[in-house]
Amino acid sequence: MPLWLIDLNQMDEPRDEGHTSVHATHSVVGSELTFGSVTDKISAIVLKRKTPLGWFIGFAISFALFQLMLLTITNLLFKGIGLWGVNIPVGWGLDILNFVWWIGIGHAGTLISAILLLLRQKWRTSINRFAEAMTLFAVAQAGVFPLMHLGRPWLGYWLFPYPNTMGVWPQFRSPLMWDVFAVSTYATVSALFWFVGLIPDFATLRDRANSKPFRLVYGMLAMGWRGSARHWHRYETAYLLLAGLATPLVLSVHTIVSFDFAVGIIPGWHATIFPPYFVAGAIYAGFAMVLLLTIPLRKVYGLESFITMRHMHNMAKVMLATGLIVVYGYTIEAFFGWYSGNQYERFMIWNRMHGPYAPYYWALILCNGVTPQLLWFKKIRSKLLVLWLISLVVSIGMWLERFVIVVTSLHRDFLPSSWGFYSPTQWDWAMFVGTIGFFFALLFLFIRFLPMISIFEMRTILPEAEVAGE
Amino acid sequence: MKSKPRLYGVMAQFDSPSALVAAARETYTAGYRRINGYSPFPIEELSEAIGFTRTGLPLIVLAGGIIGALGGFFMQYWMEVINYPINVGGKPFNSWPAFIPITFECTVLCAAFAAVFGMLALNKLPQPYHPVFNAPNFALATRDSFFLVIESKDPKFDHDEVMKFLKSLEARDVCDVEL
Repeated sequence: MPLWLIDLNQMDEPRDEGHTSVHATHSVVGSELTFGSVTDKISAIVLKRKTPLGWFIGFAISFALFQLMLLTITNLLFKGIGLWGVNIPVGWGLDILNFVWWIGIGHAGTLISAILLLLRQKWRTSINRFAEAMTLFAVAQAGVFPLMHLGRPWLGYWLFPYPNTMGVWPQFRSPLMWDVFAVSTYATVSALFWFVGLIPDFATLRDRANSKPFRLVYGMLAMGWRGSARHWHRYETAYLLLAGLATPLVLSVHTIVSFDFAVGIIPGWHATIFPPYFVAGAIYAGFAMVLLLTIPLRKVYGLESFITMRHMHNMAKVMLATGLIVVYGYTIEAFFGWYSGNQYERFMIWNRMHGPYAPYYWALILCNGVTPQLLWFKKIRSKLLVLWLISLVVSIGMWLERFVIVVTSLHRDFLPSSWGFYSPTQWDWAMFVGTIGFFFALLFLFIRFLPMISIFEMRTILPEAEVAGE
Repeated sequence: MKSKPRLYGVMAQFDSPSALVAAARETYTAGYRRINGYSPFPIEELSEAIGFTRTGLPLIVLAGGIIGALGGFFMQYWMEVINYPINVGGKPFNSWPAFIPITFECTVLCAAFAAVFGMLALNKLPQPYHPVFNAPNFALATRDSFFLVIESKDPKFDHDEVMKFLKSLEARDVCDVEL
């Protein structure tokens, strides 16, 4: 077990009063909660409470941006991917780096829902549902980019091994094929995991809903769930097994994404450090996104007794730990460049630091390497606005990281006569902003129509859930 | 034909998980076997108390995983070695190490499908109708109430006796569940 998880594990143990203020005052759940109040409070957000005005404004803005994405795609299909700034030598631009960025963000959701479940981290309970939704929606955004980058997206099904009149099969020795399988498996398993987690909560909503259409829809989704002890037993088994399956899966997905780079011979890509470095970066970016979203959300919906300061501290610590791994990755990249003794590798790292894209590199070091060091301090972690800003900086930093990896390696490779320069066009940016809009539009719909905190799992961590005797 | 409605069983309602588990244990000890508990969240002790401790689900998932692994690998093997071998960069037709990532993904995918659909199938879900939904307070089974049912199919089932027995367990309420 990694060291930082052991540390979090110990935090679940009760501490003496006054030993550390953080743990004494910040429990996993508010002490006033009961089975009834947990159920009512969370289901009320969906069923009873008036939708806040901010919801409509937020949804309208993100839905408008989603239209920008559709517009870009239409234009792209019409004119071809020359619309984007990609060309030879930089054939992978914003599209591929956005793919990597989005799919990385998704990884925190699976980490929270699966890995922390296996490690019996009780604090995961109030954020896992939300984080899983984030995973699903982020993966949906990620999928759009490589599909559109195909050039002829309407032939995207050629990537799957189906019997065809041409008589050929996909090239299974290519990491790009592995990627197709990894990402589609990841999306499917994440959706299954999310849906299974929702079944008992659908039943809760079915039994609380006042209006017939809601009762009908939630009733159909609950599939007749009635909380039978036999059902719960198999349910728990299935849930644990799914968590066990999702754990290696999530690690494999970003490993395979990193193979897209590492299997190539381009200087700066052909490195064995890539898989762990990518996985850590993914979790880093993902936790930044979870914080970025939960900090305003808990304020708006008054969920402070569910998502406590304990969660904020723990997530900040995970971010710090993975951030340090990522910084280690940057250091090793620079070290490899020098130690390899290979002139192309040396030039690559020199070019990153001093070439035309040097500002991106140094901004990346500032965002991902320097800023998160503030998280060492408890005082800073306790200030939610600062924590939110740090998360924003990290999200930008992770985007810059992928820019540096994708673009600086490609634009100057082995032969100076084939060097080039890449700058994204307005349509590149339109597509990126559009997917952000799509992501938020989906999230807004999610918090309006589904319980954003797992109700049944919240019940299990209440003190009254303890069975007395024996 | 106006007759007494057929009975699914008798249901007792409790206020806490501890009360339900204690009652379930007593019921099991009293010799009732066709019993079931209903709760708003999973209670490990409850399934033990009603004598339900084993499920075949892990085996189903294992089978799913094995099918996925073999299917994933041999799909690639058949396509790249038997059906349409193409020389790619001088690599052997059976480049098995390169087939591992997809084999792994197929393993996970099939095992996950087996876990979800196996669980639903063993639980006989979706099931739109079930007699327990007829019980008056049963909507609270997804909020804060805990229920114990002795089914009428139980060999020891005798309506009045079961009624008396459940009432003796300090239930908050005992009622008939009609089919």
